[in-house]
Amino acid sequence: MNDVYIVSAGMTKFRKHNYDEDFRLMVKRAFDYALNDADITHKDMDGSVSAYFSDHIQGQLIAGAMTNDYIGLATKPSKRIEGGGATGGLAFQAGYEEIASGNMETCAVYGFESMSHLNTWKGNDVIALGSDSNFDYPLGGFYTAYYALMATRHMHEFGTTPEQMAMVSVKNHGNAMHNPFAQSPMKITVDDVLKSPMVATPLTMLDISLMSDGAACVILASEERAKSLCKNPVKIRAIGSSSDTMRLSDRPFGKVPLLPNESKDDYKNLKYPGVHSFRAGRIAAKMAYERANINDPLKEIDFAELYDSYTSAEIQAYEDLGFCKYGEGGKFIEKGYSEINNKLPVNPEGGLIASGHAIGATGIMQAVYAFWQLQHSVKKHLKNGKLQVENAKRGVIHSHAGTGAYETVSILER
Amino acid sequence: MKNDVKGTEIYKTDPLIKRWDYSLSYTHSYAQDSEFFKALGRNVLLGSYCKQCNYKYGTYRKYCMYCGSETADIELPLKGKIHTFTTCYYSGEPFMNDVPYTLILVEFEGIDSLFMSRLINKNNTKISIGMGVMAKFKSLQKFDVNDVYFIPEL
Ligand SMILES: [Zn+2]
Repeated sequence: MNDVYIVSAGMTKFRKHNYDEDFRLMVKRAFDYALNDADITHKDMDGSVSAYFSDHIQGQLIAGAMTNDYIGLATKPSKRIEGGGATGGLAFQAGYEEIASGNMETCAVYGFESMSHLNTWKGNDVIALGSDSNFDYPLGGFYTAYYALMATRHMHEFGTTPEQMAMVSVKNHGNAMHNPFAQSPMKITVDDVLKSPMVATPLTMLDISLMSDGAACVILASEERAKSLCKNPVKIRAIGSSSDTMRLSDRPFGKVPLLPNESKDDYKNLKYPGVHSFRAGRIAAKMAYERANINDPLKEIDFAELYDSYTSAEIQAYEDLGFCKYGEGGKFIEKGYSEINNKLPVNPEGGLIASGHAIGATGIMQAVYAFWQLQHSVKKHLKNGKLQVENAKRGVIHSHAGTGAYETVSILER
Repeated sequence: MKNDVKGTEIYKTDPLIKRWDYSLSYTHSYAQDSEFFKALGRNVLLGSYCKQCNYKYGTYRKYCMYCGSETADIELPLKGKIHTFTTCYYSGEPFMNDVPYTLILVEFEGIDSLFMSRLINKNNTKISIGMGVMAKFKSLQKFDVNDVYFIPEL
């Protein structure tokens, strides 16, 4: 396989609604940002991968092809990737595969979503169709409820508290204060989160990610092309991905797939994954770590962009990705380890909870932020350096579909 | 007749934003899951058993996800325990009028996986993991998964 690099990246500000720019123009803005930043033109692209989640939300099928012509890539090979919330993460990996296989030397990977087409109740409903429509959806199942079922069990199994979950919200909203691309910068307290309206116990409004309009783009290249296009490209060291049952009810009660720094004795009485943890996240991480030769994630990773669709999910991801052992995720945030310039900063730009969640763009937004962190160019792009993780050499990006029906973990290095 | 002359709903003119309605009615077959939904009308909750794997599914599926062989229908116990729960105060649009409602995953003695259902309970604050629950069946069958629901065990 050929080595793959990110040579440039761009995104739009994520907003509750952007009625002035449709999906095509939002992607053009993100793409042009990336082109301008590295002095590349669209003629340098061998092809593209587009990412958007829902034809229903968009009110437009084959929107990827429409975007592709709008940004000047008609006649080049292109395809659309869809995989729920992991759409962007999967598209990023599909772009990696294009370069790694030698099929392309350069590839634009872009994602978008226009969530503002639907109101929140209708949006909840359309997204809920991304669950079993015979057994789960007709019960009034929707995504906050599914994650809440998991969070309730995580609390029971490990003693995680609503306060600890709230701390994730406080951290991510706080980080977003220094990010002009973020939709919801806020200085809030644990109490504010606990007292915000309950959506599905134990998750309140402020435990939940946003619905956004936005687009994001990264430009990938082979080593040779990367050298000619960019002074400081970032290497995609490894990718990992996995899948799991769509229905929570089908998850088994077995054993933990162990990371190198764990032992069987750590989890003697733990039935895994049940519904407390995301098995696909663990397996995706294990795959990526093995390929990148990472043995102690906490020590060997400098920052992470985790899929915080819910505060509980960020805590669960600390464990799935082995930043701490299963059961220690609540303490991990409580001790401040995931805060900026602590042991392993997580979602330094605000994550899905505060930067925003334009589903198809989200996984690519994570790649954009990780690229800037590793280029040490956060100051340039965010107009201030407060969120720059000092001396960042290696970062991880991570995404979910469904309740972990698909998950991706990608490892980036400077 | 009046409907025919209903105007176009415009939210804004700069940029121009209008309302667009689009809806579908599906011909939805339960296909290989049909037995499960029919059995609810006989007050029976079906699960599935894989003989090859000796694995009992708490949610009906016609083929085993571990070995691929066809499963046999089994009757699930009508009593179980709450494995986890959530009370919803918001929902997707079609369920707006149901809130608050509680969803649970039920575990059954001797069954290897779970079943998702609604818990009908007078007091949503008095629900806990491990609590005993029993299945009830709607008298008027609607042929969806809500034909069964759970209540706290008496
Ligand atoms: Zn089997």
